[in-house]
Amino acid sequence: MSTRTASLAIAGALATAVAALSGPPALAGGMAMNPRAHTMAELHTGRFVRCFGVALAGHNDCYAGPGTTCAGTATHNYQGNAFKLVPTGTCTAIHTPYVTIVDGHGSLNRITEGSR
Amino acid sequence: MPPWADLQSTFAAALRDPQHPVPSGCIGPDGAPDAKRFAIYRNNVASSLIDCLAESYPATRRLLGEECFRETARWYTTQELPCSPILLEYGASFPDFIGELEPLAELPYLADVARIERAWLEAYHAAEATPIAPAVLARVPAHRAGELCLTLHPTVRIVRSRFAALSIWQLNVAAANLRPIPLEARGEDALLCRPAAEVYARAMPEGGAEFICALAAGEPLGLAAERAGGACINFDLTEHLTALLEGGLIIDARL
Amino acid sequence: MSAPFSHRDIPARAGVGLKAHHYRAILESRPDIGFFEVHAENYMGAGGPPHRYLTEIRSHYPLCLHGVGLSIGADAPLDPQHLRRLAELLCRYEPALFSEHLAWSSHGGHFFNDLLPVPYTKATLYRVCEHIDQVQQRLGRQMLLENPSTYLTFAANSYEEGEFLGEIARRSGCALLLDVNNVLVACTNQQWDPLRYLDRFPMAHVRQIHLAGHARDVDARGRTVLIDSHDRPIDVAVWELYSRAIAVLGPTPTLIEWDQNLPEWPALHAEAARAEAHLLAPPHRKACRHAALG
Repeated sequence: MSTRTASLAIAGALATAVAALSGPPALAGGMAMNPRAHTMAELHTGRFVRCFGVALAGHNDCYAGPGTTCAGTATHNYQGNAFKLVPTGTCTAIHTPYVTIVDGHGSLNRITEGSR
Repeated sequence: MPPWADLQSTFAAALRDPQHPVPSGCIGPDGAPDAKRFAIYRNNVASSLIDCLAESYPATRRLLGEECFRETARWYTTQELPCSPILLEYGASFPDFIGELEPLAELPYLADVARIERAWLEAYHAAEATPIAPAVLARVPAHRAGELCLTLHPTVRIVRSRFAALSIWQLNVAAANLRPIPLEARGEDALLCRPAAEVYARAMPEGGAEFICALAAGEPLGLAAERAGGACINFDLTEHLTALLEGGLIIDARL
Repeated sequence: MSAPFSHRDIPARAGVGLKAHHYRAILESRPDIGFFEVHAENYMGAGGPPHRYLTEIRSHYPLCLHGVGLSIGADAPLDPQHLRRLAELLCRYEPALFSEHLAWSSHGGHFFNDLLPVPYTKATLYRVCEHIDQVQQRLGRQMLLENPSTYLTFAANSYEEGEFLGEIARRSGCALLLDVNNVLVACTNQQWDPLRYLDRFPMAHVRQIHLAGHARDVDARGRTVLIDSHDRPIDVAVWELYSRAIAVLGPTPTLIEWDQNLPEWPALHAEAARAEAHLLAPPHRKACRHAALG
């Protein structure tokens, strides 16, 4: 493909993409005008545009993110230097479970090889 | 008392090392040093940072199980303390840490799942931006379209994986029933973004990750399309530009 | 900001620490609450839902900003970047009060995410006052300093805690935040008398009160140690001390802090209502007001 042809193909793609937008972008146009109202509306509906297939379900509530605290805790005790890594979560359902037991002192070099 | 700065250094060292004796001059009500009281501070540091990672990496946590996650996180906190009081930034290197952890080598997709979680958190807290007006793009002369440099929305993140990391992630943040995913399932490229109030994650068509990464690196549209075409013969430029524009993910364009 | 509370006044009512978990419940039910308070560091991301929610909530309620990362009690200079971020937040949200802790949390480039104890000596007094001067000048406003929860103390102390806080307030011109749960926690752990502590506390400088729940543990010798856990309802002993403090202070803005093991919104609102009942109770008789003012 010549440079000229490539350039025309790109221009064509751009023109089609721009034309596909009837008015301002689906979310962002409204956003700019009234962010606060939009926050609430969008957080409830979770809608998004159609390209690239369906967006995966929103999980914003899972990811409010880590918060600071000015509180202490009495319930956990972290005074040792040995680490025992035995996966027991859903990873065991993703594929055949395989368990490794390790004791360490914070250094990868001191890991004793796992047992199955 | 030693100068306060020196006492702080000793205190800080003792916080990080359980074998370290209680710093001299730190006493209980009877005037005697008390290791258990000092340990409360050590526990607070460790457990608050582990909690912080647990909140940032819920799918990783579910994959590993609570106990294994907390041990992994505890190990990480002994290697890596926050360098700023903004905890939103803490744990950026946790996915790489997991990826290098020999005991977890049997879960090769785990680090990529954690990278998706990190990208989600970054998209969640990244700056707001206003999408470009389509009219600006409509004015670009046809023969120069390939030279156009597009600025992506600051929340856009791409995570590429040899594994079905996006599907595994989704299974583990949704309450949905788990289904097995064979390890040899084909790899997934994920796009995460927050054009407005909510973060979205989606699987990219082939070539899409190359295209967006090239644009993000500041390469002009023509070169980005070429790279994507090189990665996938069926790369569809119109589809990708439409998706980016409709999603409000292009905020500026320069010739 | 077009908020109805763009002025810096804060009512002498009960407020609640704002958590992401409760954003929606609050915006949907618009509870009758005196004010909300947030940790400054949780709103130092560039954008996103936290700012959108806080902006929305701020438009309906007065706000207080509570810092947990300035490390005022450290020997090292304050982080100028962090001061700049605080200044930006104050400008953006116009909170009625800004408070921080008599504690340190950063050292040698690391942030420990805990409020660590400070010895009470002449040298640390000067250093804390220098830091507070710097904060108040940079932020262009008075700050409040909070009394800490402590699990151990320093052999080198040459001031009592209340005396130390009073000196700081007098020298730096800052106000004080009286955390009543911290009073009970510190007094139990150091075997001080909490009533005497309150009697000697420099009440004339107090502008706000904090209340929270605590957990119970024991030290190596079996003595009770209280942990400032913010994960449960306020203890009856803390309510009693609060009542005494209010008798001296009169109605004072009071925050319910609940940071871990969060309850649903109605339970938190109920704690605030209980504090408000104390605030509205008829003033105690003079006989009860044995605490020295200032």
